[in-house]
Amino acid sequence: MSQFFTQAVLIAAVASGIRLAVPLLLASLGETFGQRSGVLNLGVDGIMLLGAFGGYYTVLKTDNVWLGLAMGVGVGIILGLVSAVISVTLKAEQGISGIGIYLFGLGMSDLLFQKLVGTPLPVSSFPKLDIPGLSDIPILGAMLFRHSIIVYVAFGLVPISMYIINRTTFGMNIRAVGENPEAADSLGVSVVRIRYLTVTIGGMMAGIAGAALAIDLGIFQQNLTNAQGFIAIALVYFGAWRPAGVMAGSLLYGFVNSVVLQFKTLGIIPRSWSDIAAMAPAIITILALVLVARRFRQPAALTKPFTRGT
Amino acid sequence: MAQAETNRRSRPKFVAYLVPLGAVGLALAIGAIMLSLLGANPVEGFRAMLDGAFGSGDALIETALKATPLLFVGVGITIAFRANVINIGGEGQMVAGALLATALALALPDLPAVVMLPTVLLAGIIGGAAWGAVPGALKAFYNVNEILSTIMLNVVAVQLMNFLLRGPMIDPGELERGTRIPQTARLQEGADLPLFFGNGRLHIGPLLAVLAAVAAYILLWRTPLGFRVRAVGLSPDAARYAGIPVKRTIVLAMTMSGAMSGLAGAVLVFGSESHRMVTDGSTVGFTGSAGFNGIVAALFGGLHPIWTIPASFMFGGLLVGGIALQRAVQVPSALIMALNGLVVVFVVASDRWKKRLQEQPARVDDTATDGPVLETAVDDGGGGP
Repeated sequence: MSQFFTQAVLIAAVASGIRLAVPLLLASLGETFGQRSGVLNLGVDGIMLLGAFGGYYTVLKTDNVWLGLAMGVGVGIILGLVSAVISVTLKAEQGISGIGIYLFGLGMSDLLFQKLVGTPLPVSSFPKLDIPGLSDIPILGAMLFRHSIIVYVAFGLVPISMYIINRTTFGMNIRAVGENPEAADSLGVSVVRIRYLTVTIGGMMAGIAGAALAIDLGIFQQNLTNAQGFIAIALVYFGAWRPAGVMAGSLLYGFVNSVVLQFKTLGIIPRSWSDIAAMAPAIITILALVLVARRFRQPAALTKPFTRGT
Repeated sequence: MAQAETNRRSRPKFVAYLVPLGAVGLALAIGAIMLSLLGANPVEGFRAMLDGAFGSGDALIETALKATPLLFVGVGITIAFRANVINIGGEGQMVAGALLATALALALPDLPAVVMLPTVLLAGIIGGAAWGAVPGALKAFYNVNEILSTIMLNVVAVQLMNFLLRGPMIDPGELERGTRIPQTARLQEGADLPLFFGNGRLHIGPLLAVLAAVAAYILLWRTPLGFRVRAVGLSPDAARYAGIPVKRTIVLAMTMSGAMSGLAGAVLVFGSESHRMVTDGSTVGFTGSAGFNGIVAALFGGLHPIWTIPASFMFGGLLVGGIALQRAVQVPSALIMALNGLVVVFVVASDRWKKRLQEQPARVDDTATDGPVLETAVDDGGGGP
């Protein structure tokens, strides 16, 4: 145990926890927009997988990580729009249609990978950016300010999301539509348009999250996300539909995972017990859901399709 | 058995059942386009698929075996959905059932065969039931969204499986050889599911699954408990007003739902070729996604246990046919998974249309429609202290 409490290990654990939180943070921030407007998109993991493959394949072909990320954006927007058609226009049951999108993404990404790539080839990863000045701060610098650019982007999106949701007209409309679509509609807010926008934003962020995950790892394989998309959805509940809460949840998840990894590498927990330790994030999330469900109320219209005149 | 229902509603119901078939047709059409884009001949591909799934006695047996876990899970999912509880924890519940059953088989190697088989199958039921009861109770008493808790419990079950199969339950032979493949030793023969026709591959699993479907039908439509489950699903408020213990019914529905998936897991272990539990470190490695695909079968069967039988058989055929397709036109069978996803989306998206078709003659109000009103409002569990 004492090996863990050395400066180097602690710094590495925190830094890698932040890194591991990034895909979850990106995906759950996007999902927050959708859920705030009343749409639960359970297909996040499938969109992440296709975004991951798209991003990976683009980097493999062009060796340009930014094009790869852009591909993640494109794939995410398309699948987000598809999700919106399914849940907003066709008013499909959201708890299940998302599973369809997930299965589609899982199968499709595997199919494309086997057909177009075959054997996993490594690709280049995001460049690192040491923030000048800040990265030289002892301990803290190494923990917080020596990351890949994508890490700063992801965390930078947290205050932006907060601003959009809490301070702009768009955000106010999102909240109104999620709480009381009938009232919002009678005030002239287009429920359909708002939900299309938020679900598409959610899809785009899931696509980015997947691309970021694959490019950060520099590899793609079948089921690369390993259910992280589902965890991202749970984190939205965990964070009580607030960007800051979602960030806290993602970080907690990232840290728990990174500590488990460190413990494993250091041999603090025997290899065989690491699987038990890996349950921790899921169990913590369940416990957190129990607490959140008591204290916070979900958007009143969540999972309820809107039909004018009912 | 579904007769009584059909009679009461006459022709429109039959028309409504064509809607999901149209959804499958649409998915297959997209599959054909995808096959052409991938440079394969769709006609040749689909012919190979059909032939591989239903073309011979052996193919039919393969399909029936593949359909078995889908049917168990689908029936379980139906029970939960009828109570308006969305159980997407089939994967975890299958794993939990299989683990408990396997552990018991390993712990009691000397039980006589007559006792052994019922014991391990019961263990599967109990394992899955426990894994289902937890999210049921969390929803009923703590307002925790069951979609999320079942997903999280899927994650927990995989890790538990990995731990047990790499550690305490690993085949001692794997340790000796140093290969450490996460699998148990071959379980004793007394626990093998009996085969039809003495030898061959067809075990009694498919029969058990059909019996489970019939039992679920009887439970849901012929017993007071089933009435309570459906009443809660249609309107929790009305059910509460009628004196039905809503929370207890929700927990019970989830428990029964999990029990079915748990049994699916046990059948998967004791009916497998190798007669052992084996994984590759993911749930899919053990369940083959049956926990999710069972949802597809249940939806396709219109959330009716009897209709879920042919639906599972069809999706079993799709999965078996996928392998034949892969061989014939060199397109990865992952295509089938993608198509399954499309089927789910289309079936769910066409649900409203189907209901409208059903309602047309009588124009009854919403609460009288066939299926439960699937909404996951957490307050449906009845909040308050």
